Amino acid sequence: MILAVAQKELKILFSSPLAWLILALVQLVLTWVFLAHLDTFLEIQPQLIKIANPPGVTETIVAPLFATAAIVLLMTTPLLTARLIAEERRNHTLPFLVSAPISIAEIVIGKFLGLMIFLSALIALVAALSLSLLAGGRLDFGLLLSNIAGLFLISACFVSLGLYISCLSAQPATAGAGAMGALLGLWVMDTVAADEDGAGIARNFSLLAHYESFNRGMIDTFGLAYFALFTLIFLMLSVRRLDNERMRG
Amino acid sequence: MTEQIGSTAILARGLCRYFGTRVAVHDINLELRRGEVLGFLGPNGAGKTTIMRMLTGNLAPSAGRVEICGIDLLLKPRDAKARVGYLPEIPPLYRELTVNEYLRLAARLHRVESRIIRSALAKITQRCGLSNNREQLIGSLSKGYQQRVGIAQAIIHDPDVIVLDEPTAGLDPNQMREMRSLIRELGADRSVILSTHILSEVESVCDRVQIMHEGRTVFDDSIGRLKQKGTSLEESFVRLTMNQATV
Ligand SMILES: Nc1ncnc2c1ncn2[C@@H]1O[C@H](COP(=O)(O)OP(=O)(O)O)[C@@H](O)[C@H]1O
Ligand SMILES: [Mg+2]
Repeated sequence: MILAVAQKELKILFSSPLAWLILALVQLVLTWVFLAHLDTFLEIQPQLIKIANPPGVTETIVAPLFATAAIVLLMTTPLLTARLIAEERRNHTLPFLVSAPISIAEIVIGKFLGLMIFLSALIALVAALSLSLLAGGRLDFGLLLSNIAGLFLISACFVSLGLYISCLSAQPATAGAGAMGALLGLWVMDTVAADEDGAGIARNFSLLAHYESFNRGMIDTFGLAYFALFTLIFLMLSVRRLDNERMRG
Repeated sequence: MTEQIGSTAILARGLCRYFGTRVAVHDINLELRRGEVLGFLGPNGAGKTTIMRMLTGNLAPSAGRVEICGIDLLLKPRDAKARVGYLPEIPPLYRELTVNEYLRLAARLHRVESRIIRSALAKITQRCGLSNNREQLIGSLSKGYQQRVGIAQAIIHDPDVIVLDEPTAGLDPNQMREMRSLIRELGADRSVILSTHILSEVESVCDRVQIMHEGRTVFDDSIGRLKQKGTSLEESFVRLTMNQATV
C-alpha cells in the first residue's frame, strides 16, 4: 500500500517538467562546483606533496562538494514537497486516498518515501561524481560513506519538514514558500550560532551543524538520533494534522 | 446468521455532525439492504454530502455510529472501507495519470489481488465505457468521461456499498441516461446510495427515497409505496422543504 502511494507520487512528479528541470539543474551546478574544486586541487597539489601528511582528494574535493550539495538540496526540496498534500487538497483528490482502506500514516509515509526515492537518485549522482575521482587516485571510502549518509539524513529532514508545511496549506505555492522560509531560517540560525562563542546549545539543535560532523567523517550517535527524531516528529505532526482534519471537517 | 448480517449492507444510527455550533446533520438513521438503491433528496446545504462523507470515513461523526456489512466503521475503518466505494461530489481524479494508471492505483489501494488486477481493469473499463480511453490522460477527457472514471474507481474493488454524490450533475441528457442505467445495473446486487437534485431520477433509479432538510430526515419511504398512494414526489418535496423553512 505504502509502495503504491510512493509510486503514484513519483509518476506524478515525473509527469511535470519540474522534476527533470531540478535533476538537470542540480547536476549542472554540482558538476561545476566539483570541477572548480578539482581545478584548485590540481593547482595546489605540488605544494601539498611537500607536507608530511597531505589531505587527499576526498577531503579537498568530495567533502566540499557534499557541503554544497546540502545547501542545494535545502533550496530545491521545498519546490518538491510543496505539492505533496497541498495539491491534493486543491484538486480535491484527498478523499480518493482517505476512502481507501489505508491509514493516514501509510499515506504520509508513502509520500515521504516517494520523494526520498527521487532525492536518492540525486544523491547517487553526487556519489557518482565523487567516484569518478577513482580514475586518477584513491578515495577515503569511510569519509565518502559518512558524507552520503549525512546528505541522505539531512534530506529526510528537509522532506519531512516540507511535507508537514504542505499539510497546513491548500495552495502549493504557499506551502513551497513556507517550507523555503523555514529551511532558510534554520540555515541562518546556524550561521548566527556559529558566529557566537560558546553557542553550544544553538548548535546542538542545528541541522547543518550536525551535517558538518558527517561532512568531516564523524558519525556520532547524537547526530544520527537528532536527524531521525527531526524526521519522525514532522512525519507524526503531518499524520496528526491530517487526522484532525477528519474531526474538524 | 451470516444471512442476517449479509442482508444489511449499511447501517447508521443517531448520526450527528456539528461544524462549530452549526448543526449540519442531526440524528440520522439509515438502513439499507443489499440490492437496494436509496436516493437522497434535499435542497442545497441539507447535509447530503456531509452524511456521505461520514458513511465513507472521510469525516468523523460528532455522535452516532456507522456499520458497513456489520463492521463498525469507526472501530475497524480498514475492514469497513474495503467494502465501500465512494464517488465524491467533485471526482477525485489525478489529471496527470492515464485512465489505466489511475484505475490500477485505485485497485491496489483497495487491496485487489495483484493477479486479478489486469482482468478487473479490463472488466471495469468495459463496463464504464472506457475501453477506448485506457491510455488517455485523465486531464484530456471530457467531463462525462471523467465522471465515468470517477465511477470506475468507486467500483473497481467490487464493493458491497456504493456511495455516489450527485453522479449525474453536469452531464448531458445522453450521458445521464447511460449513468442511470449503469447505476440500476450496480444496484441489482449491491447497495447504492446516491444524492441528486433531479426528482425524476429518483423515481426511475431508486427503490427508496429519503428527503433531507436542514440536516434532518423529513421523509423516508419506498418508491413503490409512493406510487401506490399516488403521491407526487415533487409535491412532497416542496411541501416538506418549504414548510420547515418558514416555521
Ligand atoms: N467543512 C465544513 N465546515 C463548515 N460547515 C460545513 C462544512 N461542510 C459542510 N458544512 C455545512 O453543513 C451544511 C450541509 O452541507 P452539505 O452536506 O454540503 O449539504 P448538501 O450536500 O446537502 O448540499 C451546510 O450548511 C454547510 O454550510
Ligand atoms: Mg452536496
